[in-house]
Amino acid sequence: MALQALLGCIALLLAAGVAAIAAARRPAAFRFVYGVSLAACAGALVVAAGALLVPESLGGAVTLPLGLPWLGAHFRLDALAAFFLVVLNLGGAAASLYGLGYGAHEESPGRVLPFFPAFLAAMNLVVLAHDAFSFLFSWELMSLCSWALVMAQHRSAGNARAAYVYLLMASFGTLALLLAFGLLAGPAGGYTFGEMRAAAPATLMAAAVLALALLGAGSKAGIVPLHVWLPLAHPAAPSHVSALMSGVMTKVAVYGFVRIVFDLIGAPQWWWGALVAAIGGVTAVLGVLHALMEHDLKRLLAYHTVENIGIIFIGLGLALAFGANGMAAAAALGLTAALFHVFNHSLFKSLLFFGAGSVLVATGERDMEKLGGLIHRMPRTALLFLLGSAAISALPPFNGFVSEWLTFQAILLSPALPQWLLKFLVPATGAALALSAALAAACFVKAFGVTFLGRPRSAAARDAAETDRFSLAAMAALAALCVLAGILPGYVIDALAPVTEALAGAHVPGQRHLDWLTIVPVAQSRSSYNGLLLFFFIALAAGLGAEVIHRWASDKLRRAAPWDCGFPDPSPATQYTAGSFSQPIRRVFGTVVFRAHEEVHLPRPGSLAPARLHVRLRDLPWDAVYVPLARGVDALAGLLNGMQFLTIRAYLTLVFGALIALLATLAIWP
Amino acid sequence: MMNPLALDIAHLCAGGLVLVSFMLLYQDRLTGLINIFAVHALVVSFSVAWQAYIQAAPHLYITAAIALAIKAIVIPMALHRIIVRLGIHRTIEPVVGIGQTMLAGIGLVALSIMVMLPITAQAGTLAREDLAFALSVILLGLLMMVSRRNAVSQVIGFMSIENGLILAATGAKGMPLVVEISVAFSILVALIVIGVFLFRIRERFETVDIHLLHEHRGERP
Amino acid sequence: MALARDLAVQLLQMALALALAPLLTGYVRKLKAHLLRRQGPPLLQPYRDLLRLLRKEVVLAHSASWVFRVAPYLVFATTWVAVSLVPTFATGLVFSYAADLIAIVALLGSARFVLALAGLDVGTSFGGIGASREMMIASLAEPAMLMVAFTLSLMAGSTQLSSVAAYMHGPEVGIRVSLALALVGLIMVAIAENARIPIDNPATHLELTMVHEAMILEYSGRHLALIEAASFLKLLLYVSVIACVFFPWGIAVSGQGAAAYLGGLALYVVKLAGAGFALAVFETAIAKMRVFRVPDFLGAALMLGLLATLLLFVTQAR
Repeated sequence: MALQALLGCIALLLAAGVAAIAAARRPAAFRFVYGVSLAACAGALVVAAGALLVPESLGGAVTLPLGLPWLGAHFRLDALAAFFLVVLNLGGAAASLYGLGYGAHEESPGRVLPFFPAFLAAMNLVVLAHDAFSFLFSWELMSLCSWALVMAQHRSAGNARAAYVYLLMASFGTLALLLAFGLLAGPAGGYTFGEMRAAAPATLMAAAVLALALLGAGSKAGIVPLHVWLPLAHPAAPSHVSALMSGVMTKVAVYGFVRIVFDLIGAPQWWWGALVAAIGGVTAVLGVLHALMEHDLKRLLAYHTVENIGIIFIGLGLALAFGANGMAAAAALGLTAALFHVFNHSLFKSLLFFGAGSVLVATGERDMEKLGGLIHRMPRTALLFLLGSAAISALPPFNGFVSEWLTFQAILLSPALPQWLLKFLVPATGAALALSAALAAACFVKAFGVTFLGRPRSAAARDAAETDRFSLAAMAALAALCVLAGILPGYVIDALAPVTEALAGAHVPGQRHLDWLTIVPVAQSRSSYNGLLLFFFIALAAGLGAEVIHRWASDKLRRAAPWDCGFPDPSPATQYTAGSFSQPIRRVFGTVVFRAHEEVHLPRPGSLAPARLHVRLRDLPWDAVYVPLARGVDALAGLLNGMQFLTIRAYLTLVFGALIALLATLAIWP
Repeated sequence: MMNPLALDIAHLCAGGLVLVSFMLLYQDRLTGLINIFAVHALVVSFSVAWQAYIQAAPHLYITAAIALAIKAIVIPMALHRIIVRLGIHRTIEPVVGIGQTMLAGIGLVALSIMVMLPITAQAGTLAREDLAFALSVILLGLLMMVSRRNAVSQVIGFMSIENGLILAATGAKGMPLVVEISVAFSILVALIVIGVFLFRIRERFETVDIHLLHEHRGERP
Repeated sequence: MALARDLAVQLLQMALALALAPLLTGYVRKLKAHLLRRQGPPLLQPYRDLLRLLRKEVVLAHSASWVFRVAPYLVFATTWVAVSLVPTFATGLVFSYAADLIAIVALLGSARFVLALAGLDVGTSFGGIGASREMMIASLAEPAMLMVAFTLSLMAGSTQLSSVAAYMHGPEVGIRVSLALALVGLIMVAIAENARIPIDNPATHLELTMVHEAMILEYSGRHLALIEAASFLKLLLYVSVIACVFFPWGIAVSGQGAAAYLGGLALYVVKLAGAGFALAVFETAIAKMRVFRVPDFLGAALMLGLLATLLLFVTQAR
């Protein structure tokens, strides 16, 4: 029954997309489209959450007479799908709510409105699909809808290129997934997931499937070095779509990876875990370093998505390594940590993109060097953005900390792993995780501090106005969930139990009944954390301190010019900028990671020309992989260009030759 | 005799030697480098003496005394004198940054543990790790030799390799004294050779200096 | 009954930390002055400073927002909560299960996050430079501290600081290379995190260091008092962590009699004095380093922590 209701919601979304084509020119069309999307997503969210909490309603299966005639379209709702449906419809509902306000500022609604509900529907279909054809069809629909949304503001410089790179990477990813499913289906061609699950592929074949899944799902999720499209495409879309792409679509990619690697392949090998965890560690550190170097608020957030995907993959890698060694409980912990982070990241990344969108609407600026002081003009947005920043920086008592803490706990279980490589790799991954968490805090001090604090750096920032109430409501809802998931993590962990039970064969012990809502992932003597108590204590200590001081000491206050060591300068140009804030970290890591190069041009004494500092950064994966690849393709295209100018006889010869070659292959093939 | 505490202390010495090797990698001032090398030799001689005590092998005391006298006292003093004479009390330049060198060092330690522990599976528990530490010290010394451009620090890297060898040899139940004396003498000879070498290449130091000055007039690249 | 006693110990400890922290700082200052053949401020000067600052009015820049006004309370509260989770003279604290060593590190990270934001709030160059450098230092010190935490928790089989202290107090712990590495790493982190020489100079904000003191340059009155108190507490916290993990002798275990608690208290004060003495001698003997040498120093601490963890992973294989 739950599955039918979900399919109904999806049909509603698709219908809204079709209706939007007709109605896009009406001024109030956006209210209708986002309203319907909000209702459909909220409905799907309720159904999926109900299915996750009441496991009896799981397991429904539907086969629709669509798609390939001999296959049909299979849909099924299991625990994994239900969890990801919760994540994605939560993000979808928030984005729709945000769109109710944000949509009024859209320049060309005809380019956004039809695709937005279709994009949501496609993502829902990917998660529900239970055969390779429907999965790939929905996956491609999702890619194309999001591509169309990236192209929505096609006149802005760089957006067309972003969309082009995105389209290339998306096609490449789909190709890899197509091959992966082909290998999984085997020569018999069992294209439903049920048949794939039953057939266990050979070791070598399974390794190939893993590699293809990493390429296909990983390119959509943004693991290094397949991340290059992500910081281009995500910011190019309208902000609520950016939030969907960064907060939700990357999670659908993670779903694809989990579905293939944890569910369909069969028993994992230990080195899969090593590979995935290593990729996760590298992705986390490189992503956050890139984010730190970025001065465009939305691009910074997009790069930060890369970091969080890395953290998720660390958890997944640990789960694979534990699972391969038969340590089901530890594997469940790793998987719980990863999925918890999936949930968390979808919350705070959507929140932050909404905040960036509000700043964009209020000032027309994405460049942080032209912002500043917005906390005075947009106090509510600032507060909500601050909550999101604290959550994403993994600060207690917010939710980001809990999932990273769980990942750390999983790492601390890993000395029991017997393989030598894992013994060295896992602590190194732990160091990478710790480093990326600390750098993330620096990154968000920069993002929030330069954008919202200080003094306005441009007229646009000085005259900004607070955003509308729909946007605020969407952000407030997400921020509240960030706080709630941070102080009551036990409920989320318990909700994940059926998922890990299905995939890893075990689950983290139940947390709900523990005293004081503490979470104890392994054993009481080993580790425990209580976000509620911490939150309560910090609030109590701060409130007590304020009360005591204001009552008995002094509560006098005087406004004056800043002190600034005796040289206050009224010009806002004397503030620290985003570039200068990240300069020390660029010095520390940049020479190695970005081949950073600084040049100082000093004018001659007496000259009035300004001194200039030039910094050049290089994106090594881009230079090492993509540029040679593009050159190779260009060269090949140049060679094949001659084929365009042959005579008809020559073309016929080619066709004939190809036919003969194919027939010969068929004859020789055993 | 072989109570756990005694073994623990031997083990701590070996680990301490690895730590001092890292300090050698980290240090980029010549005077500091020489002082830390003296500490390195001191740890080795203490470690050897401790081995002599727990293995009841008195000839190892002589080895310890030689290490103490020559490498902890005589050679550092000589090196101090050399660098004073050459006038090169200044920062030395590693070929790659200190951070990367340290990272590479960690990798080398991991490598030596990975190599040593599986192939010595039948040996005693801590002796296996001592061997792994000794190999780490040797590899770190080599790393120092290849990552430093300055002749004095290369000499020190070379001698720290030798300390690692001594650690390995004494950990493995006794080593003929003759070998030790010959090794010590060979080191001394090497020192003299390189000392002469140093005097001859003083001019080259100066040219290198000017080159560095050009590169660093602006910002650090 | 047992719960009531543990709660009493917990509250006593929180009050004790608050009471002793300024004394520790005053003691270190006095010792440093003596080592330089100066008279030095009285031992109780930090208390007087705090009281005087609390009574003064706050001068707030025009461009300051509510972040700037809320930050001192949050910084103080977070640091105090973190301190209350560290066993000082007795293990078995009631709150200790609310947060383990990783959470304590992260709590200090929260305090730093808020303070760095406050540094950027007024929009001056000093606040910015302080915040930027503080985050640079933290970006290396925090992972180093986490690696030390990894080492300790792998050894004790628990990330709870109380359990770690109990384990280190127990009979089965020997002299281990990992422990030595972790101790060195932890001391390096503690020096960096508390803005001591050679990383930063706590005595001045006009030096070229400009890290912690530059970040809080705009603060005055009660706000400054809270931030100062938080930094006193932070020094006490690191000393307590080092003492309870590496020098756990005499720490009272939950359930022992009053004599054990008194003995633990006396020994704790002795440990604080010893650590303060070592810190003063170290700071006097060494020169401050250039700010861009700091990453090397902290990178070394991170490497030590990683090495310690790695060794432990290997030895646990047996």
